[in-house]
Amino acid sequence: METDPFIFRLSIFILSIFIGYYVVWSVTPSLHTPLMSVTNAISSVIIVGAIIAALAGTSESIFNTSSIFGFIAIILAAINIFGGFLVTQRMLQMYKKKKDKKK
Amino acid sequence: MISANLAAVFYLVSGILFILALRGLSSPDTSRQGNYFGIAGMIIAIVVTFLSIGNFSTSLVYVVIFLVIGGAIGAFIAFKIPMTAMPELVAGFHSLVGLAAVFVAIAAFLNPAAFNLGNVGNIKLASLIEMSIGAAVGAITFSGSIIAFLKLRGIMSGAPITFSGQHILNLILGIGIFVLIFYLCKTQSTNIFWTVIIISFLVGVLLIIPIGGADMPVVISMLNSYSGWAAAGIGFTLENTALIITGALVGSSGAILSYIMCKAMNRSFVSVILGGFGADNSTDSKKEKKDQKPVKSGNAEDAAFLMKNASSVIIVPGYGMAVAQAQHALREMVDKLKKNDIKVTYAIHPVAGRMPGHMNVLLAEANVPYDEVFELEDINNDFANSDVAFVIGANDVTNPVAKTDPKSPIFGMPVLDVEKCKSVLFVKRSLSPGYAGIDNELFYKDNTLMLFADAKKMTEDIVKNLD
Repeated sequence: METDPFIFRLSIFILSIFIGYYVVWSVTPSLHTPLMSVTNAISSVIIVGAIIAALAGTSESIFNTSSIFGFIAIILAAINIFGGFLVTQRMLQMYKKKKDKKK
Repeated sequence: MISANLAAVFYLVSGILFILALRGLSSPDTSRQGNYFGIAGMIIAIVVTFLSIGNFSTSLVYVVIFLVIGGAIGAFIAFKIPMTAMPELVAGFHSLVGLAAVFVAIAAFLNPAAFNLGNVGNIKLASLIEMSIGAAVGAITFSGSIIAFLKLRGIMSGAPITFSGQHILNLILGIGIFVLIFYLCKTQSTNIFWTVIIISFLVGVLLIIPIGGADMPVVISMLNSYSGWAAAGIGFTLENTALIITGALVGSSGAILSYIMCKAMNRSFVSVILGGFGADNSTDSKKEKKDQKPVKSGNAEDAAFLMKNASSVIIVPGYGMAVAQAQHALREMVDKLKKNDIKVTYAIHPVAGRMPGHMNVLLAEANVPYDEVFELEDINNDFANSDVAFVIGANDVTNPVAKTDPKSPIFGMPVLDVEKCKSVLFVKRSLSPGYAGIDNELFYKDNTLMLFADAKKMTEDIVKNLD
Protein backbone atom coordinates (compact mmCIF):
# COMPACT_ATOMS: atom_id res chain seq x y z
CA MET A 1 0.00 0.00 0.00
CA GLU A 2 1.25 3.45 -0.83
CA THR A 3 1.29 6.31 1.62
CA ASP A 4 -0.86 9.25 0.70
CA PRO A 5 1.36 12.28 -0.15
CA PHE A 6 -0.75 14.22 2.31
CA ILE A 7 0.84 12.22 5.11
CA PHE A 8 4.28 13.31 3.92
CA ARG A 9 3.22 16.92 3.97
CA LEU A 10 1.68 16.48 7.37
CA SER A 11 4.98 15.01 8.59
CA ILE A 12 6.89 18.00 7.27
CA PHE A 13 4.36 20.29 8.91
CA ILE A 14 4.59 18.67 12.31
CA LEU A 15 8.38 18.40 12.26
CA SER A 16 8.52 22.07 11.31
CA ILE A 17 6.39 22.97 14.31
CA PHE A 18 8.96 21.25 16.49
CA ILE A 19 11.83 23.02 14.74
CA GLY A 20 9.97 26.30 15.16
CA TYR A 21 9.43 25.55 18.83
CA TYR A 22 13.12 25.06 19.58
CA VAL A 23 14.38 27.79 17.28
CA VAL A 24 12.02 30.42 18.65
CA TRP A 25 12.81 29.61 22.28
CA SER A 26 16.43 30.35 21.48
CA VAL A 27 15.58 33.82 20.19
CA THR A 28 16.80 36.45 22.64
CA PRO A 29 13.90 38.44 24.17
CA SER A 30 15.43 41.74 23.08
CA LEU A 31 14.90 40.67 19.46
CA HIS A 32 11.24 39.72 19.82
CA THR A 33 10.06 42.67 17.76
CA PRO A 34 12.36 41.86 14.81
CA LEU A 35 11.22 38.24 15.21
CA MET A 36 7.65 39.32 14.61
CA SER A 37 8.49 41.45 11.60
CA VAL A 38 10.65 38.76 10.02
CA THR A 39 8.06 36.03 10.56
CA ASN A 40 5.67 38.44 8.92
CA ALA A 41 7.93 38.74 5.93
CA ILE A 42 8.53 35.02 5.51
CA SER A 43 4.90 34.06 5.90
CA SER A 44 4.33 36.17 2.79
CA VAL A 45 5.88 33.32 0.84
CA ILE A 46 2.16 32.77 0.28
CA ILE A 47 2.93 34.93 -2.76
CA VAL A 48 3.79 31.73 -4.65
CA GLY A 49 0.10 30.82 -4.53
CA ALA A 50 -0.80 34.30 -5.71
CA ILE A 51 1.64 34.03 -8.63
CA ILE A 52 0.22 30.66 -9.69
CA ALA A 53 -3.29 32.12 -9.63
CA ALA A 54 -2.25 35.24 -11.51
CA LEU A 55 -0.42 33.34 -14.23
CA ALA A 56 -3.35 31.00 -14.78
CA GLY A 57 -5.17 33.50 -16.99
CA THR A 58 -5.20 32.67 -20.69
CA SER A 59 -3.60 34.96 -23.24
CA GLU A 60 -7.07 36.17 -24.32
CA SER A 61 -8.13 37.00 -20.81
CA ILE A 62 -5.24 37.79 -18.54
CA PHE A 63 -7.66 39.10 -15.96
CA ASN A 64 -10.41 36.68 -15.02
CA THR A 65 -12.05 36.52 -11.60
CA SER A 66 -9.57 34.01 -10.27
CA SER A 67 -6.44 35.72 -11.57
CA ILE A 68 -7.60 39.13 -10.34
CA PHE A 69 -7.63 37.76 -6.80
CA GLY A 70 -4.16 36.42 -7.54
CA PHE A 71 -2.93 39.81 -8.71
CA ILE A 72 -4.31 41.61 -5.65
CA ALA A 73 -2.76 38.97 -3.41
CA ILE A 74 0.58 39.59 -5.15
CA ILE A 75 0.43 43.27 -4.19
CA LEU A 76 -0.52 42.48 -0.59
CA ALA A 77 2.18 39.86 -0.20
CA ALA A 78 4.81 42.02 -1.92
CA ILE A 79 4.11 44.90 0.49
CA ASN A 80 4.73 42.47 3.29
CA ILE A 81 7.84 40.90 1.83
CA PHE A 82 9.63 44.16 1.09
CA GLY A 83 8.21 45.98 4.09
CA GLY A 84 8.88 43.08 6.45
CA PHE A 85 12.46 42.36 5.47
CA LEU A 86 13.47 46.00 5.14
CA VAL A 87 11.99 47.10 8.43
CA THR A 88 13.64 44.10 10.12
CA GLN A 89 16.94 45.09 8.57
CA ARG A 90 16.44 48.66 9.73
CA MET A 91 15.78 47.52 13.27
CA LEU A 92 18.66 45.07 13.39
CA GLN A 93 21.07 47.77 12.21
CA MET A 94 20.26 49.66 15.37
CA TYR A 95 21.31 46.91 17.76
CA LYS A 96 24.87 47.77 18.66
CA LYS A 97 27.33 46.77 21.32
CA LYS A 98 28.97 49.15 23.73
CA LYS A 99 32.21 49.57 21.82
CA ASP A 100 30.57 50.40 18.51
CA LYS A 101 30.80 53.88 17.10
CA LYS A 102 27.88 56.01 18.07
CA LYS A 103 26.49 58.36 15.53
CA MET B 1 10.71 25.28 -17.11
CA ILE B 2 11.80 22.95 -14.35
CA SER B 3 10.27 19.70 -13.17
CA ALA B 4 7.92 19.52 -10.23
CA ASN B 5 10.42 17.43 -8.29
CA LEU B 6 13.25 19.91 -8.75
CA ALA B 7 10.89 22.75 -7.79
CA ALA B 8 9.96 20.85 -4.62
CA VAL B 9 13.64 20.54 -3.71
CA PHE B 10 14.12 24.28 -4.14
CA TYR B 11 11.05 25.00 -2.02
CA LEU B 12 12.60 22.84 0.68
CA VAL B 13 15.81 24.86 0.41
CA SER B 14 13.90 28.08 0.85
CA GLY B 15 12.10 26.58 3.85
CA ILE B 16 15.47 25.76 5.41
CA LEU B 17 16.72 29.29 4.75
CA PHE B 18 13.67 30.59 6.61
CA ILE B 19 14.56 28.38 9.59
CA LEU B 20 18.07 29.84 9.52
CA ALA B 21 16.59 33.33 9.38
CA LEU B 22 14.86 32.73 12.70
CA ARG B 23 17.87 30.93 14.11
CA GLY B 24 19.96 34.03 13.43
CA LEU B 25 17.83 36.01 15.86
CA SER B 26 19.33 34.14 18.81
CA SER B 27 21.83 36.99 19.09
CA PRO B 28 22.02 40.50 17.65
CA ASP B 29 25.40 39.63 16.10
CA THR B 30 24.03 36.89 13.88
CA SER B 31 20.65 38.49 13.30
CA ARG B 32 21.55 40.55 10.24
CA GLN B 33 22.98 37.51 8.53
CA GLY B 34 19.79 35.66 9.43
CA ASN B 35 17.73 38.32 7.71
CA TYR B 36 19.77 37.82 4.52
CA PHE B 37 19.02 34.10 4.68
CA GLY B 38 15.36 34.98 4.84
CA ILE B 39 15.60 37.26 1.83
CA ALA B 40 17.50 34.57 -0.12
CA GLY B 41 14.83 32.03 0.75
CA MET B 42 12.13 34.36 -0.51
CA ILE B 43 13.93 35.05 -3.80
CA ILE B 44 14.44 31.33 -4.41
CA ALA B 45 10.77 30.59 -3.75
CA ILE B 46 9.55 33.31 -6.13
CA VAL B 47 11.99 32.51 -8.95
CA VAL B 48 11.29 28.79 -8.72
CA THR B 49 7.57 29.49 -8.94
CA PHE B 50 8.08 31.47 -12.15
CA LEU B 51 10.27 28.73 -13.62
CA SER B 52 8.00 25.86 -12.69
CA ILE B 53 4.94 27.48 -14.24
CA GLY B 54 6.93 28.39 -17.33
CA ASN B 55 4.30 30.84 -18.49
CA PHE B 56 6.25 33.74 -19.92
CA SER B 57 3.33 35.42 -21.67
CA THR B 58 2.02 38.93 -21.08
CA SER B 59 0.62 37.70 -17.75
CA LEU B 60 4.15 37.55 -16.41
CA VAL B 61 4.70 41.20 -17.22
CA TYR B 62 1.66 42.08 -15.14
CA VAL B 63 2.83 39.85 -12.31
CA VAL B 64 6.16 41.66 -12.23
CA ILE B 65 4.44 45.05 -12.39
CA PHE B 66 2.18 44.19 -9.46
CA LEU B 67 5.15 42.79 -7.56
CA VAL B 68 7.05 46.02 -8.06
CA ILE B 69 4.07 48.15 -7.03
CA GLY B 70 3.62 46.16 -3.83
CA GLY B 71 7.35 46.12 -3.20
CA ALA B 72 7.61 49.88 -3.62
CA ILE B 73 4.76 50.48 -1.19
CA GLY B 74 6.34 48.06 1.29
CA ALA B 75 9.79 49.62 0.99
CA PHE B 76 8.34 53.10 1.38
CA ILE B 77 6.55 52.11 4.58
CA ALA B 78 9.61 50.31 5.93
CA PHE B 79 11.82 53.38 5.56
CA LYS B 80 9.28 55.98 6.67
CA ILE B 81 7.77 54.33 9.70
CA PRO B 82 8.94 55.70 13.06
CA MET B 83 10.12 53.04 15.48
CA THR B 84 7.45 54.02 17.99
CA ALA B 85 4.82 52.92 15.47
CA MET B 86 6.22 49.41 15.20
CA PRO B 87 3.34 47.66 17.01
CA GLU B 88 0.71 49.00 14.63
CA LEU B 89 2.96 48.31 11.65
CA VAL B 90 3.29 44.68 12.65
CA ALA B 91 -0.47 44.44 13.19
CA GLY B 92 -1.01 46.00 9.76
CA PHE B 93 1.37 43.53 8.14
CA HIS B 94 -0.42 40.62 9.80
CA SER B 95 -3.66 41.78 8.28
CA LEU B 96 -2.07 41.74 4.82
CA VAL B 97 -0.84 38.16 5.23
CA GLY B 98 -4.32 37.18 6.33
CA LEU B 99 -6.00 38.88 3.40
CA ALA B 100 -3.48 37.45 0.93
CA ALA B 101 -4.27 33.97 2.28
CA VAL B 102 -7.98 34.61 1.79
CA PHE B 103 -7.46 35.81 -1.78
CA VAL B 104 -5.23 32.90 -2.73
CA ALA B 105 -7.84 30.52 -1.32
CA ILE B 106 -10.57 32.28 -3.32
CA ALA B 107 -8.47 32.14 -6.48
CA ALA B 108 -7.86 28.44 -5.93
CA PHE B 109 -11.56 27.83 -5.32
CA LEU B 110 -12.59 29.66 -8.48
CA ASN B 111 -9.90 28.11 -10.68
CA PRO B 112 -8.86 24.81 -9.10
CA ALA B 113 -7.45 23.48 -12.36
CA ALA B 114 -4.60 26.01 -12.23
CA PHE B 115 -3.53 24.50 -8.92
CA ASN B 116 -4.09 20.85 -9.93
CA LEU B 117 -6.89 20.51 -7.45
CA GLY B 118 -9.59 19.19 -9.75
CA ASN B 119 -12.30 21.18 -11.50
CA VAL B 120 -14.88 23.76 -10.52
CA GLY B 121 -17.65 22.00 -8.64
CA ASN B 122 -15.49 18.94 -8.26
CA ILE B 123 -12.52 19.97 -6.12
CA LYS B 124 -10.62 17.26 -4.31
CA LEU B 125 -12.07 16.81 -0.84
CA ALA B 126 -8.80 17.26 1.06
CA SER B 127 -7.95 20.40 -0.91
CA LEU B 128 -11.37 21.84 -0.25
CA ILE B 129 -10.99 21.34 3.49
CA GLU B 130 -7.49 22.79 3.48
CA MET B 131 -8.39 25.85 1.45
CA SER B 132 -11.50 26.63 3.45
CA ILE B 133 -9.60 26.34 6.73
CA GLY B 134 -6.82 28.50 5.27
CA ALA B 135 -9.38 31.06 4.10
CA ALA B 136 -11.21 31.07 7.43
CA VAL B 137 -8.07 31.50 9.53
CA GLY B 138 -6.78 34.09 7.06
CA ALA B 139 -10.03 36.05 7.32
CA ILE B 140 -9.93 35.97 11.13
CA THR B 141 -6.31 37.15 11.02
CA PHE B 142 -7.24 39.96 8.65
CA SER B 143 -10.16 41.48 10.50
CA GLY B 144 -8.62 40.80 13.91
CA SER B 145 -5.41 42.56 12.90
CA ILE B 146 -7.34 45.50 11.52
CA ILE B 147 -9.03 45.95 14.90
CA ALA B 148 -5.68 45.58 16.68
CA PHE B 149 -4.20 48.13 14.28
CA LEU B 150 -7.00 50.62 14.93
CA LYS B 151 -6.63 50.19 18.68
CA LEU B 152 -2.85 50.57 18.63
CA ARG B 153 -3.06 53.56 16.33
CA GLY B 154 -5.54 55.16 18.72
CA ILE B 155 -8.19 55.48 16.01
CA MET B 156 -10.31 53.14 18.08
CA SER B 157 -10.38 53.31 21.87
CA GLY B 158 -8.13 50.78 23.55
CA ALA B 159 -10.81 50.08 26.11
CA PRO B 160 -12.34 46.62 25.93
CA ILE B 161 -15.71 46.46 24.20
CA THR B 162 -17.88 43.81 25.76
CA PHE B 163 -21.54 42.91 25.57
CA SER B 164 -23.53 40.13 27.13
CA GLY B 165 -23.61 36.87 25.25
CA GLN B 166 -20.39 37.77 23.46
CA HIS B 167 -18.64 34.49 24.17
CA ILE B 168 -21.70 32.46 23.31
CA LEU B 169 -21.98 34.31 20.02
CA ASN B 170 -18.32 33.66 19.23
CA LEU B 171 -18.77 30.00 20.06
CA ILE B 172 -21.84 29.70 17.85
CA LEU B 173 -20.08 31.42 14.97
CA GLY B 174 -17.02 29.22 15.44
CA ILE B 175 -19.10 26.06 15.33
CA GLY B 176 -21.03 27.54 12.42
CA ILE B 177 -17.82 27.82 10.41
CA PHE B 178 -17.09 24.13 10.88
CA VAL B 179 -20.63 23.11 10.00
CA LEU B 180 -20.52 25.25 6.86
CA ILE B 181 -17.16 23.76 5.84
CA PHE B 182 -18.72 20.33 6.25
CA TYR B 183 -21.60 21.29 3.94
CA LEU B 184 -19.18 22.96 1.56
CA CYS B 185 -17.43 19.62 1.15
CA LYS B 186 -20.72 17.92 0.38
CA THR B 187 -22.15 20.49 -2.01
CA GLN B 188 -19.10 22.39 -3.36
CA SER B 189 -21.39 25.42 -3.27
CA THR B 190 -19.75 28.77 -3.98
CA ASN B 191 -22.24 30.56 -1.75
CA ILE B 192 -21.27 28.50 1.26
CA PHE B 193 -17.60 29.24 0.58
CA TRP B 194 -18.30 32.99 0.60
CA THR B 195 -20.38 32.64 3.75
CA VAL B 196 -17.52 30.89 5.54
CA ILE B 197 -15.23 33.79 4.67
CA ILE B 198 -17.72 36.46 5.74
CA ILE B 199 -18.44 34.79 9.08
CA SER B 200 -14.71 34.44 9.67
CA PHE B 201 -14.22 38.17 9.10
CA LEU B 202 -16.90 38.76 11.72
CA VAL B 203 -15.28 36.35 14.19
CA GLY B 204 -11.96 38.18 13.83
CA VAL B 205 -13.59 41.46 14.81
CA LEU B 206 -15.52 39.95 17.71
CA LEU B 207 -12.44 38.19 18.97
CA ILE B 208 -10.30 41.30 19.32
CA ILE B 209 -12.74 44.06 20.38
CA PRO B 210 -13.04 42.82 24.00
CA ILE B 211 -9.29 42.86 24.51
CA GLY B 212 -7.83 45.96 26.12
CA GLY B 213 -4.76 48.03 25.33
CA ALA B 214 -2.13 46.53 27.58
CA ASP B 215 -3.07 43.00 26.53
CA MET B 216 -1.95 43.96 23.04
CA PRO B 217 1.38 42.12 23.32
CA VAL B 218 -0.60 38.90 23.60
CA VAL B 219 -2.96 39.86 20.80
CA ILE B 220 -0.21 40.74 18.36
CA SER B 221 1.62 37.51 19.12
CA MET B 222 -1.58 35.56 18.72
CA LEU B 223 -2.38 37.15 15.36
CA ASN B 224 1.20 36.43 14.33
CA SER B 225 0.51 32.81 15.11
CA TYR B 226 -2.79 32.83 13.19
CA SER B 227 -1.15 34.30 10.10
CA GLY B 228 1.25 31.34 10.21
CA TRP B 229 -1.51 28.75 10.47
CA ALA B 230 -3.35 30.43 7.59
CA ALA B 231 -0.20 30.23 5.46
CA ALA B 232 0.24 26.58 6.38
CA GLY B 233 -3.36 25.84 5.41
CA ILE B 234 -2.77 27.35 1.99
CA GLY B 235 0.55 25.48 1.84
CA PHE B 236 -1.31 22.19 2.13
CA THR B 237 -3.68 23.26 -0.63
CA LEU B 238 -0.84 24.19 -2.95
CA GLU B 239 1.21 21.17 -1.86
CA ASN B 240 4.05 23.59 -1.33
CA THR B 241 6.78 22.64 1.16
CA ALA B 242 8.15 26.16 1.59
CA LEU B 243 4.74 27.41 2.60
CA ILE B 244 4.05 24.48 4.94
CA ILE B 245 7.42 24.87 6.71
CA THR B 246 7.03 28.63 6.99
CA GLY B 247 3.46 28.38 8.22
CA ALA B 248 4.51 25.96 10.94
CA LEU B 249 7.46 28.14 11.96
CA VAL B 250 5.43 31.32 12.14
CA GLY B 251 2.54 29.55 13.82
CA SER B 252 4.68 28.14 16.59
CA SER B 253 6.67 31.37 16.90
CA GLY B 254 3.52 33.38 17.54
CA ALA B 255 2.21 30.77 19.93
CA ILE B 256 5.42 30.84 21.99
CA LEU B 257 5.41 34.63 22.12
CA SER B 258 1.80 34.61 23.30
CA TYR B 259 2.76 32.13 25.99
CA ILE B 260 5.73 34.24 27.14
CA MET B 261 3.54 37.36 27.26
CA CYS B 262 0.78 35.63 29.21
CA LYS B 263 3.27 34.27 31.68
CA ALA B 264 4.78 37.71 32.16
CA MET B 265 1.36 38.96 33.17
CA ASN B 266 0.50 35.86 35.17
CA ARG B 267 -2.70 35.51 33.19
CA SER B 268 -4.02 32.51 31.37
CA PHE B 269 -4.29 32.68 27.63
CA VAL B 270 -8.01 31.97 27.88
CA SER B 271 -8.63 34.91 30.20
CA VAL B 272 -6.82 37.26 27.82
CA ILE B 273 -8.86 35.99 24.88
CA LEU B 274 -12.10 36.31 26.80
CA GLY B 275 -11.03 39.88 27.41
CA GLY B 276 -12.63 42.64 29.42
CA PHE B 277 -9.66 43.02 31.76
CA GLY B 278 -9.43 46.56 33.12
CA ALA B 279 -13.02 47.33 32.20
CA ASP B 280 -14.17 46.48 35.66
CA ASN B 281 -14.84 49.55 37.84
CA SER B 282 -15.21 47.88 41.22
CA THR B 283 -11.77 49.05 42.38
CA ASP B 284 -12.65 52.71 41.98
CA SER B 285 -13.88 53.32 45.50
CA LYS B 286 -10.73 51.84 46.96
CA LYS B 287 -8.62 54.01 44.74
CA GLU B 288 -10.20 57.25 45.92
CA LYS B 289 -9.39 56.47 49.51
CA LYS B 290 -5.81 55.71 48.71
CA ASP B 291 -5.36 58.94 46.81
CA GLN B 292 -5.31 60.81 50.11
CA LYS B 293 -2.12 59.13 51.21
CA PRO B 294 0.88 61.45 51.19
CA VAL B 295 3.04 61.44 48.14
CA LYS B 296 6.45 63.01 47.84
CA SER B 297 6.86 64.87 44.64
CA GLY B 298 9.89 66.59 43.27
CA ASN B 299 11.24 68.41 40.29
CA ALA B 300 13.98 67.89 37.75
CA GLU B 301 16.54 69.53 39.99
CA ASP B 302 15.91 67.08 42.83
CA ALA B 303 16.08 64.18 40.42
CA ALA B 304 19.34 65.38 38.91
CA PHE B 305 20.81 65.85 42.37
CA LEU B 306 19.83 62.35 43.46
CA MET B 307 21.24 60.72 40.38
CA LYS B 308 24.45 62.72 40.37
CA ASN B 309 25.21 61.45 43.84
CA ALA B 310 24.37 57.85 43.03
CA SER B 311 26.90 55.27 42.00
CA SER B 312 24.45 53.05 40.14
CA VAL B 313 21.18 53.80 38.38
CA ILE B 314 18.69 51.37 36.87
CA ILE B 315 16.28 52.67 34.28
CA VAL B 316 12.86 51.07 33.96
CA PRO B 317 11.15 52.13 30.74
CA GLY B 318 7.53 51.43 29.86
CA TYR B 319 4.85 52.28 27.37
CA GLY B 320 4.78 55.89 28.58
CA MET B 321 8.31 56.35 27.26
CA ALA B 322 7.15 55.22 23.83
CA VAL B 323 4.15 57.55 23.89
CA ALA B 324 6.26 60.52 24.88
CA GLN B 325 9.08 59.48 22.50
CA ALA B 326 11.46 60.05 25.35
CA GLN B 327 14.07 57.45 24.38
CA HIS B 328 16.53 59.92 22.84
CA ALA B 329 16.34 62.36 25.75
CA LEU B 330 16.78 59.39 28.05
CA ARG B 331 19.95 58.34 26.28
CA GLU B 332 21.29 61.85 26.58
CA MET B 333 20.64 61.77 30.29
CA VAL B 334 22.38 58.42 30.62
CA ASP B 335 25.41 59.70 28.69
CA LYS B 336 25.73 62.56 31.15
CA LEU B 337 25.47 60.17 34.09
CA LYS B 338 28.09 57.88 32.62
CA LYS B 339 30.47 60.78 32.28
CA ASN B 340 30.23 61.11 36.05
CA ASP B 341 31.23 57.45 36.39
CA ILE B 342 27.77 56.33 37.36
CA LYS B 343 26.87 52.81 36.35
CA VAL B 344 23.65 52.78 34.35
CA THR B 345 21.66 49.76 33.23
CA TYR B 346 18.18 49.26 31.82
CA ALA B 347 15.60 46.81 33.17
CA ILE B 348 12.90 45.63 30.82
CA HIS B 349 9.77 43.79 31.79
CA PRO B 350 8.57 41.34 29.11
CA VAL B 351 5.23 43.12 28.70
CA ALA B 352 6.54 46.67 28.84
CA GLY B 353 5.12 48.41 25.80
CA ARG B 354 2.59 47.17 23.32
CA MET B 355 4.40 44.28 21.73
CA PRO B 356 7.13 41.78 22.61
CA GLY B 357 10.52 43.50 22.56
CA HIS B 358 8.99 46.95 22.04
CA MET B 359 11.23 48.73 24.58
CA ASN B 360 14.38 47.05 23.28
CA VAL B 361 13.79 48.38 19.79
CA LEU B 362 13.19 51.91 21.02
CA LEU B 363 16.34 51.86 23.14
CA ALA B 364 18.30 50.44 20.24
CA GLU B 365 16.96 53.27 18.10
CA ALA B 366 18.33 55.75 20.62
CA ASN B 367 21.74 54.04 20.28
CA VAL B 368 21.63 52.34 23.64
CA PRO B 369 24.05 49.39 23.41
CA TYR B 370 22.11 46.15 23.80
CA ASP B 371 24.51 44.78 26.40
CA GLU B 372 23.35 47.45 28.85
CA VAL B 373 19.75 46.31 28.55
CA PHE B 374 18.61 43.45 30.76
CA GLU B 375 15.54 41.28 31.06
CA LEU B 376 13.56 40.98 34.26
CA GLU B 377 15.13 37.78 35.60
CA ASP B 378 18.68 38.94 34.86
CA ILE B 379 18.48 42.25 36.67
CA ASN B 380 15.89 41.86 39.38
CA ASN B 381 18.45 41.06 42.07
CA ASP B 382 20.43 44.19 41.27
CA PHE B 383 17.77 46.61 42.49
CA ALA B 384 18.68 45.92 46.13
CA ASN B 385 22.27 46.99 45.45
CA SER B 386 21.46 50.06 43.40
CA ASP B 387 21.05 53.64 44.46
CA VAL B 388 18.41 54.97 42.12
CA ALA B 389 15.69 53.38 40.03
CA PHE B 390 14.41 55.70 37.31
CA VAL B 391 10.94 54.54 36.28
CA ILE B 392 9.88 56.19 33.08
CA GLY B 393 6.47 55.37 31.68
CA ALA B 394 6.13 52.01 33.39
CA ASN B 395 3.57 51.39 36.11
CA ASP B 396 1.91 48.05 36.76
CA VAL B 397 5.12 46.12 36.11
CA THR B 398 6.71 47.79 39.13
CA ASN B 399 3.80 47.46 41.54
CA PRO B 400 4.90 45.60 44.68
CA VAL B 401 1.28 44.71 45.34
CA ALA B 402 1.73 41.82 42.90
CA LYS B 403 3.95 40.20 45.51
CA THR B 404 2.06 41.13 48.67
CA ASP B 405 -1.69 41.31 48.13
CA PRO B 406 -3.34 38.05 47.05
CA LYS B 407 -6.55 39.97 46.37
CA SER B 408 -4.99 42.21 43.76
CA PRO B 409 -5.83 41.41 40.14
CA ILE B 410 -2.15 41.39 39.30
CA PHE B 411 -1.13 39.18 42.21
CA GLY B 412 1.47 36.66 41.10
CA MET B 413 2.59 38.65 38.11
CA PRO B 414 6.38 38.83 38.02
CA VAL B 415 7.33 42.45 38.72
CA LEU B 416 10.53 44.43 38.84
CA ASP B 417 11.69 44.85 42.45
CA VAL B 418 12.05 48.59 42.03
CA GLU B 419 11.12 49.37 45.65
CA LYS B 420 14.30 47.66 46.88
CA CYS B 421 16.39 50.47 45.46
CA LYS B 422 17.63 53.12 47.89
CA SER B 423 15.51 55.67 46.10
CA VAL B 424 12.99 55.53 43.30
CA LEU B 425 12.30 58.30 40.81
CA PHE B 426 8.94 57.80 39.19
CA VAL B 427 8.19 59.88 36.10
CA LYS B 428 4.47 60.02 35.54
CA ARG B 429 1.90 62.55 34.49
CA SER B 430 -0.43 61.97 37.42
CA LEU B 431 -1.28 59.50 40.13
CA SER B 432 -3.81 57.75 37.92
CA PRO B 433 -3.67 53.98 38.08
CA GLY B 434 -2.19 51.95 35.27
CA TYR B 435 -3.94 49.68 32.88
CA ALA B 436 -4.85 47.08 35.47
CA GLY B 437 -6.94 49.78 37.18
CA ILE B 438 -5.13 49.42 40.48
CA ASP B 439 -3.14 51.83 42.52
CA ASN B 440 0.62 51.48 42.61
CA GLU B 441 1.86 51.17 46.20
CA LEU B 442 5.22 52.37 45.05
CA PHE B 443 3.91 55.94 44.82
CA TYR B 444 3.50 56.17 48.58
CA LYS B 445 6.77 54.63 49.71
CA ASP B 446 9.14 56.82 51.68
CA ASN B 447 11.94 56.34 49.23
CA THR B 448 9.86 57.26 46.18
CA LEU B 449 10.02 60.67 44.61
CA MET B 450 7.29 61.34 42.09
CA LEU B 451 8.18 63.50 39.10
CA PHE B 452 4.89 64.70 37.67
CA ALA B 453 5.49 65.61 34.05
CA ASP B 454 5.58 64.36 30.52
CA ALA B 455 8.34 61.75 30.28
CA LYS B 456 10.23 63.51 27.52
CA LYS B 457 10.01 66.97 29.04
CA MET B 458 11.06 65.78 32.47
CA THR B 459 14.03 63.88 31.08
CA GLU B 460 15.15 66.91 29.10
CA ASP B 461 14.90 69.07 32.21
CA ILE B 462 16.97 66.58 34.17
CA VAL B 463 19.59 66.66 31.44
CA LYS B 464 19.79 70.45 31.80
CA ASN B 465 20.15 70.13 35.55
CA LEU B 466 22.93 67.57 35.29
CA ASP B 467 25.34 70.13 33.88
